[in-house]
Amino acid sequence: MNAATAPATPILQVDGLVVEYAVPAGVFRAVDGVGFAVERGATLAIVGESGCGKSTIARSLVRLITPTRGSILLDGHDIARMPERRLRPLRPRIQMVFQDPYGSLDPHLSAAEIVAEPLRQRGVRSKAERATEAAGLIDRVGLPAGALDRRPPEFSGGQRQRIGIARALASRPDVLVLDEATSALDVSVQAQVLALLREIQRESGLTYLFISHNLGVVREISDDVLVMNRGRIVERGPTARVLAAPEHPYTRALRAAALDPSAIEGRKPRAVLAAALAPTTEGAAP
Amino acid sequence: MTATATGAPGPGDGFPAEVPLLRVSDLQVELITEAGVVRAVDGVSFEIRAGETVTIIGESGSGKSTTAMGLLRLLPDDLAVLSGHALVQGRDTVADPRAAAEVRGRAVSLIPQDPMTALSPVHTIGRQLLETVRLRRGDLDRSAARDRAVSLLTQVRIADPEQQLRRYPHQLSGGMLQRVLIAMALACEPALLIADEPTSALDVTVQAGILDLLLELQEQTGAGILMITHDLGVARLVSDRIHVMRGGRFVESGEAEQIVGDPAEEYTRALLRSVPALGPWDGAGTAAATAPEGDR
Repeated sequence: MNAATAPATPILQVDGLVVEYAVPAGVFRAVDGVGFAVERGATLAIVGESGCGKSTIARSLVRLITPTRGSILLDGHDIARMPERRLRPLRPRIQMVFQDPYGSLDPHLSAAEIVAEPLRQRGVRSKAERATEAAGLIDRVGLPAGALDRRPPEFSGGQRQRIGIARALASRPDVLVLDEATSALDVSVQAQVLALLREIQRESGLTYLFISHNLGVVREISDDVLVMNRGRIVERGPTARVLAAPEHPYTRALRAAALDPSAIEGRKPRAVLAAALAPTTEGAAP
Repeated sequence: MTATATGAPGPGDGFPAEVPLLRVSDLQVELITEAGVVRAVDGVSFEIRAGETVTIIGESGSGKSTTAMGLLRLLPDDLAVLSGHALVQGRDTVADPRAAAEVRGRAVSLIPQDPMTALSPVHTIGRQLLETVRLRRGDLDRSAARDRAVSLLTQVRIADPEQQLRRYPHQLSGGMLQRVLIAMALACEPALLIADEPTSALDVTVQAGILDLLLELQEQTGAGILMITHDLGVARLVSDRIHVMRGGRFVESGEAEQIVGDPAEEYTRALLRSVPALGPWDGAGTAAATAPEGDR
């Protein structure tokens, strides 16, 4: 590490990441040699379709799974295969917001308890302090104080994602991994959550790894984008450039398939779809 | 109802073309919930003619699916109270439960939202498709029904149909399963297809294939389509008319171009603003020529 001479050391640097799963037929390589770096305070998006490996990368970064090979440098510490004992103090520094707002919160806990959990983990000993900080976080993500004592089933999908964001922020992370964090939401609610994420980043300088299949959302939130297909990065670059002038055929197909209502002209234009149609994109088995 | 020997679905089965396939007037659906009675659909009216696609767009809880399920009477009788009229080829499914039972799977087919759970996991594709074929075509013997099933799978552009008939749902991808479900819908030779979020569970490149298939089949058969979606891009692409639904009512109705290009209501404008813009791109024309090589 040469943090003194190069202050722009990426907060997150991934090299040669390989993740393999055991399947009945042998070994399935979900991520096949992926490398990227994210600067502090920036947003990197990973975009791709089902099975491309984007969620596997997310789960590797927060070490819900252990990668087969490769390195994940979080502020210089390689956490890729670090034993749990040493990893534990680093875990708060990279946190995740999950896709499913219905399955990712314990239904038996109140919103205040859910957000206070990581505070205990962080070593905030006093119950009163935890309660105060949890209330501050709930307020931070735009939920009313009345939300504190309510449990997840009483909240809408968008409100639950706000609780999930508050819980992730409670650890005071450097990096937030958002895995399809707005995909389950209605568009109007999605717009609100994206606005909240931008605001938090502006104020705190948090780094985002934003994983999504939705190019429009990616364009709205990210500086740079990686396009993944079948475990590999097929294209990378500044988001505006990649979406305006995609170079890889797969990116072009993705771009064409993302239907932008205001860009469609005429009636029933099957021609609009032609650019997106690749007879080979549907595999026989998932 | 007569089935033609070729099995080609005829628009409306000879029903006079000037009469709408579907005419819904002042449909109301009240749902009985623990919290009380909820008016999920609060007086909607619309029409669909042969060859037309009419879309109901709305967010979660707007009542769009309940409208579709209500006019097909697929809601439990003890939990849903219907009023108004829904004339399918002149027969009122709201007034007469028997009419609803008779039009389902004949005049009208439903394409469901989640292809991964719509089929029985313990029966082969072939068995489930053949069951549908023989419901509509009781005159076919086993081998003729099988031929019909193969031709339906071919029609929905499934490669190697004989092979697919022997497989189980879990062996097929979501896009393939949705094609199978569309084949099952076509087996009924419907005049009207009701597609409830038919591509919401699918990847965008797969969605493109399914939408293209629906448009092609509509060109071939002249079927009317009622599309239920939350996706403005999908609605804009496939629809002749769009009804924007919120809180059980249509807040705006019009031609697809007008709704997207020149919305009159603030709610529609807000909905459009919420869709993240993709920005300009240079590839619409050239990309069509190249198949993605990153895919198999």
